[in-house]
Amino acid sequence: MAVEIDIDHVARLARIELTDREKEQLRRQLGVILEHAARVGEVAAEDVPPTAYAIPRSNVYRDDEPEPSLPQAEALANAPEQEGGRFKVVRVVETER
Amino acid sequence: MTSADLCDLTGSELAALIASGEVGASEVVESSLRRIEAVDGDVRAFLTPTPEVALERAQELDAHRTTGAPQHPIAGIPVALKDVLSTMGIRTTCGSKILEHYVPPYDCTAWARLSGHGSVLVGKTNCDEFAMGSSNENSAFGPVRNPWDLERVPGGSSGGSAAAVAAGEAAWALGTDTGGSVRQPASLCGVVGLKPTYGLISRYGLIAFASSLDTVGTLTRSVRDAALLLGAIAGKDPRDATSLDADVPDYLSSLEDGIRGLRVGVIAEAFGEGVEPGVRDAVRSSIDRLAALGADVGEASLPHAGHTLSAYYLIAPSEASSNLARYDGVRYGYRAEGGADSVEMMARTRGEGFGAEVKRRVMLGTYALSAGYYEAYYGQAQKVRTLIIRDYERAFERFDVLVSPTSPTTAFRIGEKVDDPMAMYLNDIFTIPANLAGVPAISVPCGLDDDGLPVGFQLTAPVLREDVLLRAANALERDLGLVLRPGLLAGV
Repeated sequence: MAVEIDIDHVARLARIELTDREKEQLRRQLGVILEHAARVGEVAAEDVPPTAYAIPRSNVYRDDEPEPSLPQAEALANAPEQEGGRFKVVRVVETER
Repeated sequence: MTSADLCDLTGSELAALIASGEVGASEVVESSLRRIEAVDGDVRAFLTPTPEVALERAQELDAHRTTGAPQHPIAGIPVALKDVLSTMGIRTTCGSKILEHYVPPYDCTAWARLSGHGSVLVGKTNCDEFAMGSSNENSAFGPVRNPWDLERVPGGSSGGSAAAVAAGEAAWALGTDTGGSVRQPASLCGVVGLKPTYGLISRYGLIAFASSLDTVGTLTRSVRDAALLLGAIAGKDPRDATSLDADVPDYLSSLEDGIRGLRVGVIAEAFGEGVEPGVRDAVRSSIDRLAALGADVGEASLPHAGHTLSAYYLIAPSEASSNLARYDGVRYGYRAEGGADSVEMMARTRGEGFGAEVKRRVMLGTYALSAGYYEAYYGQAQKVRTLIIRDYERAFERFDVLVSPTSPTTAFRIGEKVDDPMAMYLNDIFTIPANLAGVPAISVPCGLDDDGLPVGFQLTAPVLREDVLLRAANALERDLGLVLRPGLLAGV
């Protein structure tokens, strides 16, 4: 059975604004895809450990030596808006009225 | 030899001509650039051709060579790079509107190594947006077209790289393979596509899709070229914590050792329904050839093969939803106008900047990772992944390489599967398992179907056994001796 999902909730979590048409299409398509994906549940795997990386590595450190890093101007070069050496965004905090 | 057809030679052939002084890098590069000029209006493999940079670099190399200084064998050979690989100062779009004007401030390691060896970049190739797709139709800049039939897809997501190599626009190319994105387009375009062991090639500067699966791979016109190119870029990189600390052998030294005595396992699950008869016949007859060459052929099984697609379509979108959170309209990329606060600005930016498939996968991954669903979906998929790895381990106790079709179909028509995501996803059913298990795999052309479209033959080897993989693939390629020239090139 196709899976029912709350598209508005997921879109809010994903920070994606969708048109009504997109929502309708995604509700249908994701339902079908998840129905297929849910088949992973058919596999008996209670005592099987999960794998995050096929070839596991742990505690990979580099030598703690200072290296040149990206100059400020280059780091800012692709920003949609910048001011005074900083990324400029619309207001994040609410102000008291 | 006229320089007009230099671009149809393999990288290894060009390397020999350059080394002997018979031709210069400039002639080779000019030949590639002329081919791009002649055919790319039809093929549309390139998003950003780089002819000026290429010519300048080739002239430098030629000048350098007159000093008698030694050069790497790949010096002067024209390469194309999939547009998810960061190139300093050269726009890198990921096939997405959200990065349409993004110019990376640094090079990815794979390109830095090639460039250091004197490789010449002729351009950045089109791909499915953020490498999500199997047909190239998910590019924000329009689809690439298959040189074998311009009405058909080149496969994806590295479709531009595969088409460019098939059409002689570059001697070879780099792509990336997360679920088959090098091997499947190689199969559909009639070229060789190698996905090495996860971590053998650094992913530094590869713009992330699904980090536990993403692998840089090569697209070439021969197995020997794949061996040469892999050797030039493989190996530990301190900038990628997942890169392996493994020795990189000389893949060329064992390339001609043949297949006699190698144990070849035919994956039983890969010949079921959904495989086109033309694909099945070409692959079966190639298996017979391997047996005739002295390979010890038997039947292998990956019992959890039936669940790999399900596991993949939970793991990859989950990782993508996290990786693509960085496109927030703040530090780089597109920003939508008019958001009243930061959350609205972000949501609008992503709504306008991402295409349909990327939205689909980010939504899918966000759902699979959300509270209450994580264990049933992502958690369970990771357990299935363990079982798939064990399937391979068991199969490799009995066999040196495993073989199957690369893709169940040959190149399909543009538009044929765009409205049916599940049908599209099924195209990667034979390529995905190797990504989940991290093992190396290669697609080699093994014939044409009744429509004259190329069929790909996939070989898979254990972790870090690229030497065996390439050796077996080379034996098949030599024995088949196919001359593959897309119809498009008849008039060139």
